[in-house]
Amino acid sequence: MANLLLTSEEEEKYSQQLSNVLDYIDQLNKADTSNIEPTFQVGNLSNVTREDKAEQGLSQDEALQNAPSKENGLFRVKAIFEERG
Amino acid sequence: MNLNKLTIAAARKGLKEKKFSSLELTKDCLNRIKEVDNQVKAYLTVCEEQALEAAKKADELLKNKEESPLLGIPFSMKDVYSTYGIRTTAGSKVLDNYIPPYNATVYQKLIDAGAVILGKTNCDAWGHGSSTENSDFGPTKNPWNLDYVPGGSAGGSAAALAADMAIFEIGEDTGGSIRQPASFCSVVGLKVTYGRVSRYGAIAYASSFDTMGPMGKNVSDVAEVLSVIAGQDLKDATSSPLQVDNYLGFLNKDIKGLKVGLPKQFYGNGLDSEIKAAIDGAVMVLQKNGAEIIDVSIPNTEYGIATYYIIAPSETSSNLARYDGIRFGNGRETFGQEAKRRIMLGTYALSTGYYDEYYLKAQKVRSLIKNDFEKSFEKCDVILSPVSPVPPFKLGENVNDPLKMYLMDAYTVLINLAGVPSLALPCGFTKSGLPIGMQIIGPQFSEGKILNVGFQYEQVTQWHKEKPKL
Repeated sequence: MANLLLTSEEEEKYSQQLSNVLDYIDQLNKADTSNIEPTFQVGNLSNVTREDKAEQGLSQDEALQNAPSKENGLFRVKAIFEERG
Repeated sequence: MNLNKLTIAAARKGLKEKKFSSLELTKDCLNRIKEVDNQVKAYLTVCEEQALEAAKKADELLKNKEESPLLGIPFSMKDVYSTYGIRTTAGSKVLDNYIPPYNATVYQKLIDAGAVILGKTNCDAWGHGSSTENSDFGPTKNPWNLDYVPGGSAGGSAAALAADMAIFEIGEDTGGSIRQPASFCSVVGLKVTYGRVSRYGAIAYASSFDTMGPMGKNVSDVAEVLSVIAGQDLKDATSSPLQVDNYLGFLNKDIKGLKVGLPKQFYGNGLDSEIKAAIDGAVMVLQKNGAEIIDVSIPNTEYGIATYYIIAPSETSSNLARYDGIRFGNGRETFGQEAKRRIMLGTYALSTGYYDEYYLKAQKVRSLIKNDFEKSFEKCDVILSPVSPVPPFKLGENVNDPLKMYLMDAYTVLINLAGVPSLALPCGFTKSGLPIGMQIIGPQFSEGKILNVGFQYEQVTQWHKEKPKL
């Protein structure tokens, strides 16, 4: 799901370490949160908009300058759909 | 001439009185980097060419009597800020060769003010850590003792400042990343109110916690830089429209009658005895200068770390999903260990079936913690707290125990959960000569007030003047 490639040693090491962390985190169950609303953000702003006006963005060259693989001014990616034979 | 040792205020005075030029000041900083950074390893990138050019330009403007608080003053930044044409890595090999095509707002404001960029400093990759040992480019060393960590994640910034390799620094604080290294290296660092400074162009760790803030050699330097970088930015919808104060203007009130709250939960088991003693000393200093000390309570203190280590990894797993190796950067196989751990933890906490149990639960506990602080601030003006429960530790000592490392963030993550500002400043040393820091916490948008309390403390103490011997 997170698109990470792990070796079998890594899997073993991280599962042990993350189990310890999750065991620790389980103490949250002791906190009484009945009738408590979640706080997803601490700022008091909501629905901030700006004027719908076009602004200068990156040029195509600038947007592409860090791409490892490109072609004809476009990002080049691995094939996503395979052709049926 | 060792001009690199100067504070902003002293450097400004010298520039104005033509005792030296920005070019000389900048060269002294660059020479210092060449002299000691092979030991300290604070910098990931030194941009000598840009620095010299910016310094020459500043000298021209100074000749024309231009007035700007940071004109010609050399600084460096934690390597999470996008800097046009200057490599920006976030401490990760994923961005090893990344050259940003635009500027972060904080950086833009600083160069507009004429400040001179020296380079980019080391940090735990993506801000994930408290020691810089999670940097994919190797750790920074603590200038006070090279066998010890400088703290993290902005350990490079704190170490560079402590070793006089810059006049001021810009860090970034998500769960303590400015305050803890400031305290480990004996410099001043400010975590601002969430939304006080624009996050635009800063590489995101956990977006609902990330705050951009200054680090300096004393409190007034930090106040001066904050006045330049704070303010609303239409490119960051969470930046506050509240007016920016001239923070230097706050540094003139005595603290007679100031109510300083000590949360009883902060001073129990787990706090190192030498740190406790240093804080007791600071309490006495504040009392002697007229402050009133009162007991307050943050009843949900014990849940701080668990809450933070659900929400922050959740947000980071989402933020780091953009690194696909297609548009920029290397592929996902390049992530280091800690990034992988946090991506997995966050992905798990957000996944169907666990969302309510972990993520939503943590966001509710966050409300409780925020509430605890709001209630305390009905009784007191500021809260005094340790920054770290332990003094700086040895390199390698805790690398194989992530949970132990997380537990060291006990006093810092609470502040990010509540979204309030906090000023970390030096308040002593251990018997073995390692720095100890404290933090002064205030209600949202009370930066002026906490800076003044720190400033008044600094006027009657000498800790901030101590320098490491390298």
